[in-house]
Amino acid sequence: MAEILRLENVAAGYGEAQVLHGVSLSLEPGSALALLGRNGVGKTTLINTIVGLTRWRAGKIFFDGQDVTRLRADERARRGVGWVPQERNIFKSLTVDENLTAIMRPGAWTLERLYGMFPRLAERRKNMGNQLSGGEQQMLAIARALATNPKLLLLDEPLEGLAPIIIDELLAALRRIVREEKMSAIIVEQSARKILPLTDSAIILERGQVAYAGASADLAQDQETLARLLGVAEKTAA
Amino acid sequence: MSVVDKDALAPATPAPSPAPAAAISPARRLLLDSRWRWWELLFWVACAASFWVFPKKLMLISEIFILGLLALSIDLVLGFAGLVTLGQGAFFGIGAYAAGLMAKAGMGVAPLSDPLLGLAVAGLAAGAVGFATSFLVLRGSDLTRLMVTLGVALIFEEMVIKFKDITGGSDGLQGVMSSPVLGVWSFDLFGRTAFWYSLILTFLIFLFCRRLVNSNYGLSLLAIKGNPLRARTIGMPVNARLVSIYTIAAAIAGISGGMLTQTTQFVSPDMAAFHRSADALLILIFGGSGFLYGGLVGAVAFRVMQDFLGNITPQYWLFYVGLVLVLLVLFVRGGIIGMLMAASEKLTSRRNDQTGGRP
Repeated sequence: MAEILRLENVAAGYGEAQVLHGVSLSLEPGSALALLGRNGVGKTTLINTIVGLTRWRAGKIFFDGQDVTRLRADERARRGVGWVPQERNIFKSLTVDENLTAIMRPGAWTLERLYGMFPRLAERRKNMGNQLSGGEQQMLAIARALATNPKLLLLDEPLEGLAPIIIDELLAALRRIVREEKMSAIIVEQSARKILPLTDSAIILERGQVAYAGASADLAQDQETLARLLGVAEKTAA
Repeated sequence: MSVVDKDALAPATPAPSPAPAAAISPARRLLLDSRWRWWELLFWVACAASFWVFPKKLMLISEIFILGLLALSIDLVLGFAGLVTLGQGAFFGIGAYAAGLMAKAGMGVAPLSDPLLGLAVAGLAAGAVGFATSFLVLRGSDLTRLMVTLGVALIFEEMVIKFKDITGGSDGLQGVMSSPVLGVWSFDLFGRTAFWYSLILTFLIFLFCRRLVNSNYGLSLLAIKGNPLRARTIGMPVNARLVSIYTIAAAIAGISGGMLTQTTQFVSPDMAAFHRSADALLILIFGGSGFLYGGLVGAVAFRVMQDFLGNITPQYWLFYVGLVLVLLVLFVRGGIIGMLMAASEKLTSRRNDQTGGRP
Protein backbone atom coordinates (compact mmCIF):
# COMPACT_ATOMS: atom_id res chain seq x y z
CA MET A 1 0.00 0.00 0.00
CA ALA A 2 1.33 3.47 -0.85
CA GLU A 3 2.39 5.54 2.13
CA ILE A 4 0.31 8.51 3.19
CA LEU A 5 3.53 10.30 4.14
CA ARG A 6 7.16 9.75 3.24
CA LEU A 7 10.14 11.90 4.15
CA GLU A 8 13.42 11.29 2.39
CA ASN A 9 16.55 12.74 4.01
CA VAL A 10 14.82 15.96 4.95
CA ALA A 11 16.97 18.80 6.24
CA ALA A 12 15.21 21.91 7.51
CA GLY A 13 15.34 24.63 10.13
CA TYR A 14 14.60 28.25 10.86
CA GLY A 15 16.52 31.07 9.18
CA GLU A 16 20.20 30.16 9.19
CA ALA A 17 19.82 27.49 11.84
CA GLN A 18 19.45 23.93 10.62
CA VAL A 19 17.56 21.73 13.07
CA LEU A 20 16.76 18.56 11.11
CA HIS A 21 19.61 16.64 9.50
CA GLY A 22 18.52 14.01 6.99
CA VAL A 23 15.32 12.78 8.59
CA SER A 24 13.55 9.92 6.81
CA LEU A 25 10.30 8.28 7.81
CA SER A 26 7.21 6.77 6.28
CA LEU A 27 3.66 6.29 7.45
CA GLU A 28 1.10 3.82 6.13
CA PRO A 29 -2.49 5.00 5.70
CA GLY A 30 -4.53 4.36 8.82
CA SER A 31 -1.53 3.94 11.08
CA ALA A 32 -0.29 6.12 13.91
CA LEU A 33 3.29 7.11 14.65
CA ALA A 34 4.65 8.28 17.99
CA LEU A 35 7.30 10.98 17.64
CA LEU A 36 9.43 10.98 20.77
CA GLY A 37 12.53 12.71 22.00
CA ARG A 38 13.92 14.96 24.67
CA ASN A 39 13.30 18.69 24.65
CA GLY A 40 15.00 20.54 21.81
CA VAL A 41 15.77 17.56 19.59
CA GLY A 42 13.58 18.79 16.72
CA LYS A 43 10.19 17.13 17.24
CA THR A 44 8.18 20.30 16.73
CA THR A 45 10.47 21.35 13.88
CA LEU A 46 9.77 18.04 12.15
CA ILE A 47 6.02 18.57 12.51
CA ASN A 48 6.37 22.17 11.32
CA THR A 49 8.36 20.92 8.33
CA ILE A 50 5.60 18.51 7.35
CA VAL A 51 3.08 21.34 7.76
CA GLY A 52 5.27 23.64 5.65
CA LEU A 53 6.36 26.25 8.15
CA THR A 54 10.13 25.81 8.22
CA ARG A 55 12.94 26.70 5.87
CA TRP A 56 13.52 23.68 3.70
CA ARG A 57 17.11 22.84 2.84
CA ALA A 58 17.25 19.35 1.36
CA GLY A 59 15.33 16.13 0.90
CA LYS A 60 11.83 15.33 -0.29
CA ILE A 61 8.40 15.18 1.33
CA PHE A 62 5.74 13.04 -0.32
CA PHE A 63 2.15 13.27 0.88
CA ASP A 64 -0.54 10.96 -0.48
CA GLY A 65 1.76 10.03 -3.34
CA GLN A 66 2.52 13.62 -4.36
CA ASP A 67 5.72 15.57 -3.87
CA VAL A 68 4.71 18.45 -1.60
CA THR A 69 8.22 19.61 -0.69
CA ARG A 70 7.77 23.00 -2.33
CA LEU A 71 4.10 23.54 -1.50
CA ARG A 72 2.97 26.30 0.87
CA ALA A 73 1.36 25.47 4.22
CA ASP A 74 -2.16 26.36 3.07
CA GLU A 75 -1.84 24.21 -0.06
CA ARG A 76 -0.67 21.25 2.03
CA ALA A 77 -3.56 21.80 4.43
CA ARG A 78 -6.03 21.80 1.55
CA ARG A 79 -4.56 18.51 0.35
CA GLY A 80 -5.29 16.98 3.73
CA VAL A 81 -2.58 17.75 6.27
CA GLY A 82 -4.32 18.54 9.57
CA TRP A 83 -2.29 20.10 12.35
CA VAL A 84 -2.88 20.59 16.06
CA PRO A 85 -0.11 22.93 17.18
CA GLN A 86 1.51 22.91 20.59
CA GLU A 87 0.08 26.36 21.37
CA ARG A 88 -3.43 25.26 20.29
CA ASN A 89 -3.96 28.63 18.62
CA ILE A 90 -7.71 28.49 18.58
CA PHE A 91 -9.51 31.55 17.25
CA LYS A 92 -10.35 33.33 20.47
CA SER A 93 -12.68 35.87 18.93
CA LEU A 94 -14.91 33.13 17.49
CA THR A 95 -17.33 30.88 19.32
CA VAL A 96 -16.70 27.13 19.51
CA ASP A 97 -19.28 26.61 16.76
CA GLU A 98 -17.69 29.25 14.59
CA ASN A 99 -14.18 27.88 15.15
CA LEU A 100 -15.41 24.64 13.61
CA THR A 101 -17.81 25.82 10.92
CA ALA A 102 -15.50 28.51 9.57
CA ILE A 103 -13.07 25.90 8.29
CA MET A 104 -15.28 22.83 7.92
CA ARG A 105 -14.72 20.82 4.76
CA PRO A 106 -16.99 18.04 3.51
CA GLY A 107 -16.18 14.57 4.75
CA ALA A 108 -16.80 12.01 7.44
CA TRP A 109 -16.17 14.44 10.29
CA THR A 110 -19.34 16.44 10.68
CA LEU A 111 -20.20 18.90 13.43
CA GLU A 112 -22.43 16.32 15.11
CA ARG A 113 -19.69 13.69 15.11
CA LEU A 114 -17.18 16.14 16.52
CA TYR A 115 -19.55 17.16 19.30
CA GLY A 116 -20.25 13.48 19.89
CA MET A 117 -16.56 12.93 20.45
CA PHE A 118 -16.15 16.02 22.64
CA PRO A 119 -19.40 16.52 24.59
CA ARG A 120 -17.74 19.27 26.63
CA LEU A 121 -17.46 21.32 23.45
CA ALA A 122 -21.11 20.75 22.66
CA GLU A 123 -21.98 22.29 26.03
CA ARG A 124 -19.84 25.31 25.24
CA ARG A 125 -20.67 25.68 21.57
CA LYS A 126 -21.85 29.28 22.00
CA ASN A 127 -18.90 30.34 24.15
CA MET A 128 -16.01 32.35 22.78
CA GLY A 129 -12.65 30.62 22.36
CA ASN A 130 -11.10 32.72 25.11
CA GLN A 131 -13.71 31.52 27.60
CA LEU A 132 -12.58 27.90 27.42
CA SER A 133 -10.30 26.13 29.86
CA GLY A 134 -6.94 24.77 28.67
CA GLY A 135 -8.35 21.27 28.22
CA GLU A 136 -11.37 22.53 26.30
CA GLN A 137 -9.11 24.62 24.09
CA GLN A 138 -7.08 21.51 23.32
CA MET A 139 -10.25 19.58 22.49
CA LEU A 140 -11.33 22.42 20.23
CA ALA A 141 -7.91 22.46 18.54
CA ILE A 142 -8.21 18.72 17.79
CA ALA A 143 -11.85 19.03 16.71
CA ARG A 144 -10.96 21.94 14.45
CA ALA A 145 -8.19 19.96 12.76
CA LEU A 146 -10.64 17.07 12.24
CA ALA A 147 -13.26 19.48 10.90
CA THR A 148 -11.04 20.01 7.86
CA ASN A 149 -11.43 16.26 7.23
CA PRO A 150 -7.70 15.67 6.86
CA LYS A 151 -5.99 12.57 5.52
CA LEU A 152 -3.22 12.95 8.08
CA LEU A 153 -3.42 14.41 11.57
CA LEU A 154 -0.36 15.89 13.22
CA LEU A 155 -0.63 16.44 16.98
CA ASP A 156 2.12 18.36 18.73
CA GLU A 157 2.17 17.54 22.44
CA PRO A 158 -1.61 17.43 22.81
CA LEU A 159 -1.45 16.51 26.50
CA GLU A 160 1.01 19.15 27.61
CA GLY A 161 0.12 21.13 30.73
CA LEU A 162 -3.28 19.53 31.25
CA ALA A 163 -4.89 18.14 34.39
CA PRO A 164 -4.87 14.30 34.71
CA ILE A 165 -8.65 14.03 34.31
CA ILE A 166 -8.52 16.00 31.06
CA ILE A 167 -5.55 13.94 29.87
CA ASP A 168 -7.59 10.76 30.35
CA GLU A 169 -10.45 12.27 28.37
CA LEU A 170 -8.15 13.34 25.56
CA LEU A 171 -6.38 10.00 25.48
CA ALA A 172 -9.75 8.30 25.06
CA ALA A 173 -10.54 10.64 22.17
CA LEU A 174 -7.14 10.04 20.57
CA ARG A 175 -7.58 6.29 20.95
CA ARG A 176 -10.91 6.54 19.14
CA ILE A 177 -9.40 8.68 16.38
CA VAL A 178 -6.43 6.44 15.65
CA ARG A 179 -7.74 3.03 16.63
CA GLU A 180 -11.43 3.09 15.72
CA GLU A 181 -11.51 5.73 13.01
CA LYS A 182 -8.14 4.59 11.61
CA MET A 183 -6.96 8.14 11.05
CA SER A 184 -3.33 8.40 9.92
CA ALA A 185 -1.59 10.37 12.64
CA ILE A 186 1.74 11.49 14.01
CA ILE A 187 1.63 12.28 17.70
CA VAL A 188 4.46 14.18 19.37
CA GLU A 189 4.61 13.44 23.06
CA GLN A 190 7.08 13.62 25.91
CA SER A 191 5.50 10.70 27.69
CA ALA A 192 6.30 7.42 25.95
CA ARG A 193 4.17 5.54 28.46
CA LYS A 194 1.02 7.39 27.44
CA ILE A 195 1.45 7.42 23.72
CA LEU A 196 3.08 4.12 22.78
CA PRO A 197 -0.07 2.05 23.50
CA LEU A 198 -1.98 4.23 21.03
CA THR A 199 0.43 4.03 18.12
CA ASP A 200 1.66 1.40 15.70
CA SER A 201 5.20 2.65 15.25
CA ALA A 202 7.55 5.09 16.91
CA ILE A 203 10.61 7.11 16.15
CA ILE A 204 12.89 8.85 18.59
CA LEU A 205 14.75 11.94 17.51
CA GLU A 206 18.11 13.00 18.82
CA ARG A 207 19.89 16.15 17.67
CA GLY A 208 17.68 16.44 14.60
CA GLN A 209 18.23 12.87 13.43
CA VAL A 210 16.29 9.66 13.77
CA ALA A 211 17.98 7.71 16.57
CA TYR A 212 15.39 4.93 16.74
CA ALA A 213 12.62 3.68 14.48
CA GLY A 214 10.51 0.64 15.15
CA ALA A 215 7.24 -0.77 16.33
CA SER A 216 5.65 0.97 19.32
CA ALA A 217 5.05 -2.34 21.07
CA ASP A 218 8.74 -3.25 20.76
CA LEU A 219 9.86 0.13 22.03
CA ALA A 220 7.52 -0.08 24.99
CA GLN A 221 9.39 -3.21 26.07
CA ASP A 222 12.85 -1.84 25.30
CA GLN A 223 13.72 -0.22 28.61
CA GLU A 224 17.36 0.26 27.64
CA THR A 225 16.51 2.36 24.55
CA LEU A 226 13.92 4.36 26.43
CA ALA A 227 16.35 5.09 29.21
CA ARG A 228 19.19 5.94 26.82
CA LEU A 229 17.28 8.15 24.39
CA LEU A 230 14.50 9.57 26.53
CA GLY A 231 15.77 9.27 30.07
CA VAL A 232 12.56 7.40 30.79
CA ALA A 233 11.99 4.07 32.40
CA GLU A 234 9.47 2.29 34.57
CA LYS A 235 6.18 0.94 33.43
CA THR A 236 6.30 2.04 29.79
CA ALA A 237 4.48 -1.04 28.68
CA ALA A 238 0.79 -0.79 28.05
CA MET B 1 21.53 5.49 37.37
CA SER B 2 18.12 6.30 38.57
CA VAL B 3 15.70 6.89 35.77
CA VAL B 4 12.42 8.56 36.42
CA ASP B 5 9.30 8.67 34.31
CA LYS B 6 8.90 12.27 33.22
CA ASP B 7 5.17 12.09 33.84
CA ALA B 8 5.78 11.68 37.50
CA LEU B 9 7.60 15.00 37.52
CA ALA B 10 5.31 16.87 35.17
CA PRO B 11 3.19 19.37 37.04
CA ALA B 12 -0.49 18.72 36.72
CA THR B 13 -1.99 22.04 35.80
CA PRO B 14 -5.48 22.33 37.16
CA ALA B 15 -8.06 23.22 34.54
CA PRO B 16 -9.43 26.72 34.99
CA SER B 17 -12.99 26.81 36.11
CA PRO B 18 -15.28 26.90 33.13
CA ALA B 19 -16.82 30.17 32.10
CA PRO B 20 -20.55 30.60 32.50
CA ALA B 21 -22.34 29.37 29.42
CA ALA B 22 -24.09 32.65 28.80
CA ALA B 23 -20.96 34.80 29.02
CA ILE B 24 -20.24 36.00 25.51
CA SER B 25 -18.10 38.96 24.65
CA PRO B 26 -20.28 42.00 24.02
CA ALA B 27 -18.12 42.86 21.05
CA ARG B 28 -19.27 39.69 19.34
CA ARG B 29 -22.86 39.66 20.49
CA LEU B 30 -23.91 41.65 17.46
CA LEU B 31 -22.38 39.14 15.12
CA LEU B 32 -23.33 35.86 16.67
CA ASP B 33 -26.28 35.30 14.44
CA SER B 34 -28.08 37.06 11.67
CA ARG B 35 -31.33 37.67 13.57
CA TRP B 36 -32.50 41.24 13.67
CA ARG B 37 -32.57 42.92 17.07
CA TRP B 38 -35.17 45.44 18.11
CA TRP B 39 -32.63 48.21 18.42
CA GLU B 40 -31.40 47.61 14.87
CA LEU B 41 -34.89 48.16 13.55
CA LEU B 42 -35.18 51.20 15.80
CA PHE B 43 -31.93 52.58 14.39
CA TRP B 44 -33.12 52.36 10.79
CA VAL B 45 -36.59 53.67 11.60
CA ALA B 46 -34.93 56.62 13.37
CA CYS B 47 -32.79 57.22 10.27
CA ALA B 48 -35.91 57.33 8.10
CA ALA B 49 -37.80 59.46 10.65
CA SER B 50 -35.08 62.10 10.58
CA PHE B 51 -36.59 63.14 7.21
CA TRP B 52 -39.60 64.57 9.04
CA VAL B 53 -37.82 65.55 12.27
CA PHE B 54 -35.06 67.59 10.62
CA PRO B 55 -36.54 68.74 7.29
CA LYS B 56 -34.03 71.57 6.99
CA LYS B 57 -30.98 69.35 7.50
CA LEU B 58 -31.60 66.80 4.75
CA MET B 59 -28.37 67.50 2.88
CA LEU B 60 -26.38 67.17 6.09
CA ILE B 61 -28.13 63.90 6.95
CA SER B 62 -27.46 62.55 3.43
CA GLU B 63 -23.81 63.36 3.93
CA ILE B 64 -23.87 61.53 7.26
CA PHE B 65 -25.19 58.38 5.54
CA ILE B 66 -22.47 58.66 2.92
CA LEU B 67 -19.73 59.20 5.50
CA GLY B 68 -21.14 56.29 7.47
CA LEU B 69 -20.91 54.09 4.38
CA LEU B 70 -17.28 55.10 3.87
CA ALA B 71 -16.54 54.28 7.52
CA LEU B 72 -18.39 50.97 7.08
CA SER B 73 -16.02 50.10 4.24
CA ILE B 74 -13.08 50.67 6.61
CA ASP B 75 -14.81 48.55 9.23
CA LEU B 76 -14.84 45.61 6.81
CA VAL B 77 -11.08 45.70 6.35
CA LEU B 78 -10.06 46.88 9.82
CA GLY B 79 -12.73 45.56 12.15
CA PHE B 80 -13.17 42.18 10.48
CA ALA B 81 -9.96 41.42 8.60
CA GLY B 82 -7.52 43.37 10.78
CA LEU B 83 -6.02 45.39 7.92
CA VAL B 84 -5.22 48.96 8.92
CA THR B 85 -5.70 51.38 6.08
CA LEU B 86 -5.45 55.06 5.37
CA GLY B 87 -6.24 54.62 1.71
CA GLN B 88 -10.04 54.51 1.61
CA GLY B 89 -10.10 58.23 0.77
CA ALA B 90 -8.47 57.41 -2.56
CA PHE B 91 -11.21 54.90 -3.43
CA PHE B 92 -13.83 57.40 -2.28
CA GLY B 93 -12.26 59.95 -4.64
CA ILE B 94 -12.06 57.48 -7.54
CA GLY B 95 -15.75 56.72 -7.10
CA ALA B 96 -16.57 60.42 -6.85
CA TYR B 97 -14.73 61.26 -10.07
CA ALA B 98 -16.01 58.17 -11.92
CA ALA B 99 -19.62 59.05 -11.12
CA GLY B 100 -18.94 62.71 -11.89
CA LEU B 101 -17.38 61.96 -15.27
CA MET B 102 -20.27 59.67 -16.18
CA ALA B 103 -22.86 62.30 -15.25
CA LYS B 104 -20.94 64.99 -17.09
CA ALA B 105 -20.59 62.85 -20.22
CA GLY B 106 -24.33 62.24 -20.25
CA MET B 107 -25.10 65.94 -19.68
CA GLY B 108 -27.94 65.08 -17.35
CA VAL B 109 -29.56 62.60 -19.74
CA ALA B 110 -29.85 58.85 -19.17
CA PRO B 111 -28.35 56.38 -19.69
CA LEU B 112 -24.86 57.89 -19.12
CA SER B 113 -26.09 60.26 -16.41
CA ASP B 114 -28.24 57.65 -14.73
CA PRO B 115 -27.30 57.74 -11.02
CA LEU B 116 -27.47 53.98 -10.50
CA LEU B 117 -25.33 53.31 -13.55
CA GLY B 118 -22.94 55.98 -12.30
CA LEU B 119 -22.71 54.26 -8.94
CA ALA B 120 -22.05 50.91 -10.61
CA VAL B 121 -19.19 52.46 -12.58
CA ALA B 122 -17.92 54.22 -9.43
CA GLY B 123 -17.91 50.92 -7.53
CA LEU B 124 -16.25 49.04 -10.37
CA ALA B 125 -13.56 51.68 -10.88
CA ALA B 126 -12.72 51.89 -7.18
CA GLY B 127 -12.92 48.11 -6.83
CA ALA B 128 -10.53 47.62 -9.75
CA VAL B 129 -7.97 50.00 -8.23
CA GLY B 130 -8.57 48.38 -4.84
CA PHE B 131 -7.88 44.95 -6.33
CA ALA B 132 -4.70 46.19 -8.03
CA THR B 133 -3.38 47.78 -4.84
CA SER B 134 -4.58 45.04 -2.48
CA PHE B 135 -1.45 43.01 -3.09
CA LEU B 136 0.55 45.81 -1.48
CA VAL B 137 -1.15 45.25 1.88
CA LEU B 138 -0.59 41.50 2.02
CA ARG B 139 2.90 41.80 3.36
CA GLY B 140 4.36 43.60 6.31
CA SER B 141 3.11 44.86 9.62
CA ASP B 142 0.40 47.35 10.49
CA LEU B 143 2.89 50.21 10.15
CA THR B 144 3.89 49.06 6.66
CA ARG B 145 0.24 48.86 5.67
CA LEU B 146 -0.46 52.32 7.03
CA MET B 147 2.42 53.75 5.03
CA VAL B 148 1.55 51.88 1.84
CA THR B 149 -2.13 52.85 1.93
CA LEU B 150 -1.21 56.42 2.84
CA GLY B 151 1.11 56.43 -0.18
CA VAL B 152 -1.70 55.22 -2.46
CA ALA B 153 -3.99 57.96 -1.12
CA LEU B 154 -1.37 60.67 -1.66
CA ILE B 155 -0.53 59.45 -5.17
CA PHE B 156 -4.19 59.62 -6.16
CA GLU B 157 -4.61 63.04 -4.56
CA GLU B 158 -1.75 64.37 -6.68
CA MET B 159 -3.03 62.65 -9.82
CA VAL B 160 -6.33 64.51 -9.49
CA ILE B 161 -4.47 67.82 -9.67
CA LYS B 162 -2.06 66.65 -12.36
CA PHE B 163 -4.62 65.33 -14.86
CA LYS B 164 -6.68 68.48 -14.90
CA ASP B 165 -7.97 67.88 -18.45
CA ILE B 166 -9.97 64.98 -17.07
CA THR B 167 -10.56 65.95 -13.46
CA GLY B 168 -10.76 69.73 -13.75
CA GLY B 169 -7.66 70.05 -11.56
CA SER B 170 -7.95 72.17 -8.45
CA ASP B 171 -11.18 73.76 -9.75
CA GLY B 172 -12.96 70.44 -9.62
CA LEU B 173 -15.29 68.88 -12.15
CA GLN B 174 -17.87 71.32 -13.50
CA GLY B 175 -21.16 70.49 -15.14
CA VAL B 176 -22.01 67.35 -13.20
CA MET B 177 -25.70 66.65 -13.74
CA SER B 178 -27.33 63.35 -12.88
CA SER B 179 -30.57 62.35 -14.52
CA PRO B 180 -33.55 61.60 -12.22
CA VAL B 181 -33.30 58.45 -10.08
CA LEU B 182 -35.14 55.65 -11.93
CA GLY B 183 -36.23 58.36 -14.35
CA VAL B 184 -38.62 59.83 -11.77
CA TRP B 185 -36.94 61.60 -8.86
CA SER B 186 -34.60 64.51 -9.63
CA PHE B 187 -32.01 65.67 -7.12
CA ASP B 188 -33.43 68.86 -5.63
CA LEU B 189 -31.93 71.79 -3.72
CA PHE B 190 -33.59 70.78 -0.46
CA GLY B 191 -32.02 67.34 -0.51
CA ARG B 192 -35.25 65.32 -0.39
CA THR B 193 -34.23 62.93 -3.19
CA ALA B 194 -30.64 62.92 -1.89
CA PHE B 195 -31.91 61.85 1.54
CA TRP B 196 -33.90 58.84 0.35
CA TYR B 197 -31.34 57.93 -2.28
CA SER B 198 -28.53 57.91 0.30
CA LEU B 199 -30.56 56.19 2.98
CA ILE B 200 -31.89 53.39 0.78
CA LEU B 201 -28.53 52.68 -0.83
CA THR B 202 -26.72 52.79 2.51
CA PHE B 203 -29.28 50.37 3.94
CA LEU B 204 -28.96 47.97 0.99
CA ILE B 205 -25.16 47.98 1.16
CA PHE B 206 -25.36 47.54 4.92
CA LEU B 207 -27.58 44.48 4.39
CA PHE B 208 -24.98 43.05 2.03
CA CYS B 209 -22.18 43.67 4.56
CA ARG B 210 -24.27 42.19 7.37
CA ARG B 211 -24.85 39.03 5.36
CA LEU B 212 -21.17 38.92 4.44
CA VAL B 213 -19.83 39.09 8.01
CA ASN B 214 -22.37 36.55 9.24
CA SER B 215 -21.35 34.01 6.61
CA ASN B 216 -18.49 31.51 6.80
CA TYR B 217 -16.56 34.00 4.70
CA GLY B 218 -16.95 36.61 7.46
CA LEU B 219 -15.96 34.10 10.12
CA SER B 220 -12.86 33.24 8.15
CA LEU B 221 -11.96 36.94 8.09
CA LEU B 222 -12.25 37.09 11.88
CA ALA B 223 -10.11 33.96 12.11
CA ILE B 224 -7.48 35.54 9.87
CA LYS B 225 -7.59 38.70 11.96
CA GLY B 226 -7.09 36.62 15.11
CA ASN B 227 -4.28 34.41 13.85
CA PRO B 228 -3.27 34.58 10.18
CA LEU B 229 -0.59 31.91 10.46
CA ARG B 230 -2.95 29.43 12.06
CA ALA B 231 -5.64 30.26 9.51
CA ARG B 232 -3.17 29.49 6.74
CA THR B 233 -2.13 26.17 8.21
CA ILE B 234 -5.70 24.90 8.32
CA GLY B 235 -6.03 25.63 4.65
CA MET B 236 -7.71 29.04 4.63
CA PRO B 237 -6.76 30.99 1.51
CA VAL B 238 -5.57 33.93 3.61
CA ASN B 239 -4.23 36.10 0.80
CA ALA B 240 -7.27 35.51 -1.40
CA ARG B 241 -9.58 36.46 1.50
CA LEU B 242 -7.64 39.65 2.24
CA VAL B 243 -7.51 40.63 -1.43
CA SER B 244 -11.25 40.05 -1.83
CA ILE B 245 -12.33 41.98 1.28
CA TYR B 246 -9.99 44.86 0.43
CA THR B 247 -11.49 44.97 -3.07
CA ILE B 248 -15.07 44.83 -1.75
CA ALA B 249 -14.31 47.62 0.74
CA ALA B 250 -12.73 49.72 -2.01
CA ALA B 251 -15.82 49.26 -4.18
CA ILE B 252 -18.09 50.33 -1.29
CA ALA B 253 -15.89 53.37 -0.66
CA GLY B 254 -16.15 54.17 -4.37
CA ILE B 255 -19.93 53.89 -4.28
CA SER B 256 -20.06 56.24 -1.29
CA GLY B 257 -17.88 58.72 -3.21
CA GLY B 258 -20.19 58.43 -6.20
CA MET B 259 -23.21 59.07 -3.97
CA LEU B 260 -21.66 62.28 -2.66
CA THR B 261 -20.98 63.47 -6.21
CA GLN B 262 -24.53 62.73 -7.33
CA THR B 263 -26.22 64.27 -4.29
CA THR B 264 -24.10 67.45 -4.39
CA GLN B 265 -23.73 67.58 -8.21
CA PHE B 266 -20.11 68.54 -7.83
CA VAL B 267 -16.68 66.93 -7.55
CA SER B 268 -13.69 68.70 -6.07
CA PRO B 269 -10.15 67.53 -5.25
CA ASP B 270 -11.25 67.72 -1.63
CA MET B 271 -13.24 64.53 -2.21
CA ALA B 272 -10.03 62.68 -2.97
CA ALA B 273 -7.97 64.40 -0.26
CA PHE B 274 -6.14 62.41 2.36
CA HIS B 275 -8.23 63.89 5.17
CA ARG B 276 -11.18 61.81 3.91
CA SER B 277 -9.31 58.68 4.94
CA ALA B 278 -8.37 60.15 8.29
CA ASP B 279 -11.90 61.44 8.93
CA ALA B 280 -13.42 58.08 8.09
CA LEU B 281 -11.00 56.24 10.36
CA LEU B 282 -11.78 58.75 13.11
CA ILE B 283 -15.51 58.21 12.58
CA LEU B 284 -15.06 54.46 12.87
CA ILE B 285 -13.05 54.78 16.08
CA PHE B 286 -15.73 57.09 17.47
CA GLY B 287 -18.44 54.59 16.67
CA GLY B 288 -16.46 51.41 17.40
CA SER B 289 -14.87 49.04 14.91
CA GLY B 290 -15.95 45.45 14.33
CA PHE B 291 -19.66 46.11 14.95
CA LEU B 292 -20.82 47.20 11.46
CA TYR B 293 -22.91 49.92 13.08
CA GLY B 294 -19.82 51.73 14.37
CA GLY B 295 -19.26 53.66 11.15
CA LEU B 296 -22.88 54.80 10.93
CA VAL B 297 -23.15 55.81 14.58
CA GLY B 298 -19.71 57.43 14.45
CA ALA B 299 -20.69 59.42 11.37
CA VAL B 300 -23.71 60.82 13.19
CA ALA B 301 -21.60 61.73 16.24
CA PHE B 302 -18.81 63.23 14.14
CA ARG B 303 -20.98 65.40 11.91
CA VAL B 304 -23.27 66.50 14.72
CA MET B 305 -20.22 67.40 16.78
CA GLN B 306 -18.68 69.19 13.82
CA ASP B 307 -21.91 71.09 13.19
CA PHE B 308 -22.51 71.94 16.85
CA LEU B 309 -18.92 72.81 17.77
CA GLY B 310 -18.40 74.61 14.47
CA ASN B 311 -21.18 76.99 15.44
CA ILE B 312 -19.74 77.63 18.88
CA THR B 313 -16.06 77.81 18.02
CA PRO B 314 -15.45 77.72 14.26
CA GLN B 315 -11.67 77.91 14.65
CA TYR B 316 -11.08 75.37 17.40
CA TRP B 317 -13.75 72.72 16.90
CA LEU B 318 -11.11 70.17 15.96
CA PHE B 319 -9.55 70.66 19.42
CA TYR B 320 -12.72 69.28 21.01
CA VAL B 321 -12.99 66.48 18.47
CA GLY B 322 -9.42 65.51 19.38
CA LEU B 323 -10.23 65.71 23.07
CA VAL B 324 -13.26 63.43 22.71
CA LEU B 325 -11.21 61.00 20.63
CA VAL B 326 -8.45 60.81 23.25
CA LEU B 327 -11.00 60.26 26.04
CA LEU B 328 -12.84 57.61 24.04
CA VAL B 329 -9.70 55.68 23.18
CA LEU B 330 -8.35 55.92 26.73
CA PHE B 331 -11.47 55.13 28.72
CA VAL B 332 -13.99 53.41 26.47
CA ARG B 333 -13.38 50.13 24.72
CA GLY B 334 -15.15 49.86 21.39
CA GLY B 335 -16.18 53.50 20.92
CA ILE B 336 -19.78 54.64 21.32
CA ILE B 337 -21.24 51.17 20.61
CA GLY B 338 -18.83 49.62 23.09
CA MET B 339 -19.91 52.20 25.67
CA LEU B 340 -23.60 51.51 25.07
CA MET B 341 -23.04 47.78 25.33
CA ALA B 342 -21.09 48.08 28.56
CA ALA B 343 -23.91 50.20 30.02
CA SER B 344 -26.51 47.69 28.84
CA GLU B 345 -24.52 44.81 30.36
CA LYS B 346 -24.25 46.65 33.67
CA LEU B 347 -27.97 47.37 33.67
CA THR B 348 -28.83 43.74 32.91
CA SER B 349 -26.53 42.38 35.60
CA ARG B 350 -27.92 44.86 38.17
CA ARG B 351 -31.45 43.84 37.25
CA ASN B 352 -30.49 40.18 37.58
CA ASP B 353 -28.96 40.87 41.00
CA GLN B 354 -32.17 42.53 42.14
CA THR B 355 -34.38 39.71 40.90
CA GLY B 356 -32.03 36.99 42.09
CA GLY B 357 -31.34 35.88 38.52
CA ARG B 358 -35.02 35.38 37.71
CA PRO B 359 -36.10 36.79 34.35
